[in-house]
Amino acid sequence: MQTGEPNFIAMAGFGLFIGLSLIITWVAARKTTSAESFYAAGRSITGFQNGLALAGDYMSAASFLGIAGLVALSGFDGLIYSIGFLVGWPVVVCLIAEPLRNLGKFTFSDVVAFRLRQVPVRVAAAAGSLAVVAFYLIAQMVGAGNLIRLLFGLNYETAVVIVGLVMLTYVLFGGMIATTWVQIVKAVLLLTGAFLLAMLVLAQFSFNPLALFEEATRQYGTGVLAPGRFVSDPVDGISLGLALMFGTAGLPHILMRFYTVPDARTARVSVAYATAAIGAFYLLTFVLGFGAMVLVGQDNIRAVDVGGNMAAPLLAEVVGGQAFLGFISAVAFATILAVVAGLTLAGAAALSHDIYVHVFKGGKASEQEELKVARGATILLAILSILLGIAFKGQNVAYMVGLAFAIAASANFPALVLSVFWRKFTTRGAQASILVGTASTLLLIWMSPTIQIDLLKHSTAYFPYRNPGLFTIPLSFVVGIVTSLLAPEPSALEGFTKLEHQIHLGDEEEAH
Amino acid sequence: MSDSQVHLTRVAAARWRLALLLTAVMTLVYVGFILLIAFDKPLLGTILMPGLSLGILLGFLLIVLAWALILIYVRWTNTHYDHRVAAYRRERKAAR
Repeated sequence: MQTGEPNFIAMAGFGLFIGLSLIITWVAARKTTSAESFYAAGRSITGFQNGLALAGDYMSAASFLGIAGLVALSGFDGLIYSIGFLVGWPVVVCLIAEPLRNLGKFTFSDVVAFRLRQVPVRVAAAAGSLAVVAFYLIAQMVGAGNLIRLLFGLNYETAVVIVGLVMLTYVLFGGMIATTWVQIVKAVLLLTGAFLLAMLVLAQFSFNPLALFEEATRQYGTGVLAPGRFVSDPVDGISLGLALMFGTAGLPHILMRFYTVPDARTARVSVAYATAAIGAFYLLTFVLGFGAMVLVGQDNIRAVDVGGNMAAPLLAEVVGGQAFLGFISAVAFATILAVVAGLTLAGAAALSHDIYVHVFKGGKASEQEELKVARGATILLAILSILLGIAFKGQNVAYMVGLAFAIAASANFPALVLSVFWRKFTTRGAQASILVGTASTLLLIWMSPTIQIDLLKHSTAYFPYRNPGLFTIPLSFVVGIVTSLLAPEPSALEGFTKLEHQIHLGDEEEAH
Repeated sequence: MSDSQVHLTRVAAARWRLALLLTAVMTLVYVGFILLIAFDKPLLGTILMPGLSLGILLGFLLIVLAWALILIYVRWTNTHYDHRVAAYRRERKAAR
């Protein structure tokens, strides 16, 4: 594969996807007339559609290209990541999806602030959301810049600007309706692409994955089917695992999707569809990874990109030629665009719905005013993400995704769970839990070997582990509980009765 | 408390118990898997049949487990919980 050379079919596929998504945006724009349609697609998305859209939001380029590459270069270790990304979903459906839909309107802060004092909780929760969105967005933009440079031969900065502008168009004009349909198209394309590629690989092994794995052991030794260096320290391993697991239940762009469906039952069912799609996709990635290992060869993969990110595209070229490479490249590009759009919309909702409407306007802003501010926030975030993408050029994206999951698990998840399940939770408790969760995660990551040794080239780190989740998740819970017990809040206690009622019945005014 | 309210309270409590149980199962199994990876790599590297190691098999089963837990929760709530909520909602509407 000639990287950095424009591939005509990739360009055409990529043009086709942008054309289709702009038509979607144009249709969606005409329906986007209120805050409810902008943030929540008028709550008219079906369970199956939302399942695909959740999968589209969740399966980033990092999971498609990154995990395939990781499996291709180190075998079994790649599987650890895929599993970590899937095991969070039972938690989402059991603890989060239904209360979220029944208690909130647009953001997860709605739920935390349900019976607490609006202003302090909203500020803290919006800060938690924005921190997660920022790190996730940087990772996606940096990934996009590198990928498009390799696939299409555009320079890094141009690629980042294009992604930023196309995503801005979707979100600004089409809001959640356009974003949802872009996610659905992307999820279908990605699943189809991965499925076709896996079938082309398995066709060479009489459709028996074990024959493929066996060939891998013949070429590279049985070690590829055993754990390698990836989890060398049990504390670090569990810490990463918990962050991946509970972080999923604290990602603002995922949580926001539960508001796009009409009721709690649909929210619940959509998780089942999403998990079916995501799980199937990770199983396919595994075939792709071993396929690339065997059919492309580890040395050839490393020669193109040391991190292994080009394993899946290279494999596509080997088994399906230039045309299929073009198709897979276009799919990878669609993948990045859709995730970035979902993140930007979640960030815009935190800025406009939480900060502008509830902090500055005391919860009283007209629909038109809120819509206008939300669009302003979208433009701001798009510019910011382009600038950050360029500023963080060359950074390791994997640790920024890890950081986003760690903050989501330590800042957003504990506050969400406590506010829904624990009667005595207070405003101060929520504030303390979210702020301590965010700050301790950032601090421990800064003190970790990842920053101190790998990045700053110091000889030692202040904190021995790379993943803080095992410490920061319990810390955030404990701080939230202790702060609440120290100063009880009678109005929050009273409000819990209404919460218990609404958690089952939903907002009865909305139903009318 | 009306009958349908009592039913709803009861089924709601059962739902939380199920939700917590399933979450605990997923967490414990997953943490156990990571501990096995950390402490006994050779065991997971055991080849069961050509092309299949214990680690690969367990990893695959973990994905299947996540599917199964979600399916259990969704099926249980769809059959036991939703119609209690609907009954209570109808009663409140009638009372108004």
